[in-house]
Amino acid sequence: MITLEHVRKTYKVSKRDAGFSSAFKALFHKEYEYIHALNDVSFTILDGEMVGYIGPNGAGKSSTIKILSGILTPEEGICLVDGLIPWKNRIEYVRNIGVVFGQRSQLWWDVPVLDSFELLREIYRIPESTYRRNLEQLTNMLDLSQLLKTPVRQLSLGQRMRCEIAASLLHDPRILFLDEPTIGLDAVSKLAVRDFIRKLNQDKNTTVILTTHDMQDIEALTDRIILIGKGKILLDGTIDDIRKDYDSTEEALAAFYRSHQI
Amino acid sequence: MKSYRKYLAFFRLRFSVGLQYRTAALAGIVTQFVWGSMEVLMFRAFYRSDPGSFPMTLSATCSYVWLQQAFLALFMAWMMENEIFDSIVNGNIAYELCRPVNLYSMWYARSLANRFSKAVLRCLPILVFAFFVPAPYGLMLPESPGTFLLFLFTLFAGTGVTTAFCMLVYMVSFFTISPAGIRMVAVSVVEFFAGAVIPIPFFPNGVRRVFELLPFASMQNVPLRIYSGDLTGRAMLDAAALQLFWLAALVLLGRLLNALAMKKVTVQGG
Repeated sequence: MITLEHVRKTYKVSKRDAGFSSAFKALFHKEYEYIHALNDVSFTILDGEMVGYIGPNGAGKSSTIKILSGILTPEEGICLVDGLIPWKNRIEYVRNIGVVFGQRSQLWWDVPVLDSFELLREIYRIPESTYRRNLEQLTNMLDLSQLLKTPVRQLSLGQRMRCEIAASLLHDPRILFLDEPTIGLDAVSKLAVRDFIRKLNQDKNTTVILTTHDMQDIEALTDRIILIGKGKILLDGTIDDIRKDYDSTEEALAAFYRSHQI
Repeated sequence: MKSYRKYLAFFRLRFSVGLQYRTAALAGIVTQFVWGSMEVLMFRAFYRSDPGSFPMTLSATCSYVWLQQAFLALFMAWMMENEIFDSIVNGNIAYELCRPVNLYSMWYARSLANRFSKAVLRCLPILVFAFFVPAPYGLMLPESPGTFLLFLFTLFAGTGVTTAFCMLVYMVSFFTISPAGIRMVAVSVVEFFAGAVIPIPFFPNGVRRVFELLPFASMQNVPLRIYSGDLTGRAMLDAAALQLFWLAALVLLGRLLNALAMKKVTVQGG
């Protein structure tokens, strides 16, 4: 179970106007602005839930995922995941979670995918039998058999993404954080990834938290959505709560963003 | 303590990655041949004017130069890993932090592997060549098997000290926006004080005594001088002990910085 209560995170951002003279002025006097990335965020997610975590750019989605994966410490508030505080005892905590950052890579660039997988096997100390079973399952479901022996640098984005997702699941995490996992994927890969996530949730009861800008991801996968804007939770409900009588979820969402001025 | 296995896995993977770059190794070997030859010729010219005024014999100096070229990858501070700096600057470190590993140990294992893989590919041709260069310009044999064993030991210890020093630079990068400045300063300081430009015995006596106590003298200075017979007896053992002291001190400091960095780290980019 994941509980967040009154979580706050503020970033200090240096600001200046464009141009040479402002750059020169900034040498002597820097102006900072405090951005409230998360401003009193609270929610609870139960085991085995699939939740879409959505919001416009800069709303605080990634900050939340970073806090939940133990790599960012908020200033205030309580965050408990299965009874553990993510950023305390980070090493103990992260054993049980899997994370996919759609914009980053965890695979070693110049060697075959399988080498990175073997490394993960050692890092998480996955027992040989579990590793074999998971690898076989993931290979079948994500169609990786042709890719595993290829160096990562020679994979296309979609191929790499499927490998990234597999890499995050080798150790049977109880919770999976997906930060824009379908970014840049073609239709076939998108469908494959969605099917896979759905099946994972059904078969292993993995809790899935998904951030995305692709409304079809949300429609296909999640019953519940949490909508964040300017660091505050604006809606915690279902897709129908925003959808109302718009033709597409996309339009409905845009209208929602506009009406809340976010 | 079975946790060393995961760091061993990092070492293995980084080592095998390093072995892939054959063309880079070839280019490196050629560079080091040319550089080594030039240095030997330069010292030859100096020694001709007055061999008595030098602290090391010509033969010892030439051995020093050839070993330095052969094991360049173990000791050069500028051979830091760009991937590590990149991951700090662009935020890819996010992935490394979501793993049940200690960042310091993991990067240490990686850096060691990187250095060893480069050295393994490059050292043999240079060593073999230098053996066949006629005395006193070539690589002489060490005085005794004991000296050779202590040379090997201090070679590893020196690599450990160099890596631990580079780890400090990685760790400091957490606190600055760009690692370029600190990196450049660190590299120049090491080059000068470690005896990479000219061997430490060539410095004036007063300065030399201070230099020899600094951590930089515990890098290449000790193994290369032990091999070439310039460091012997008590001084040799003292130098080896000082290496172990600096290794422990730098690792401790690095781990402290690591803990501090983990407390205040913000992963950059969305």
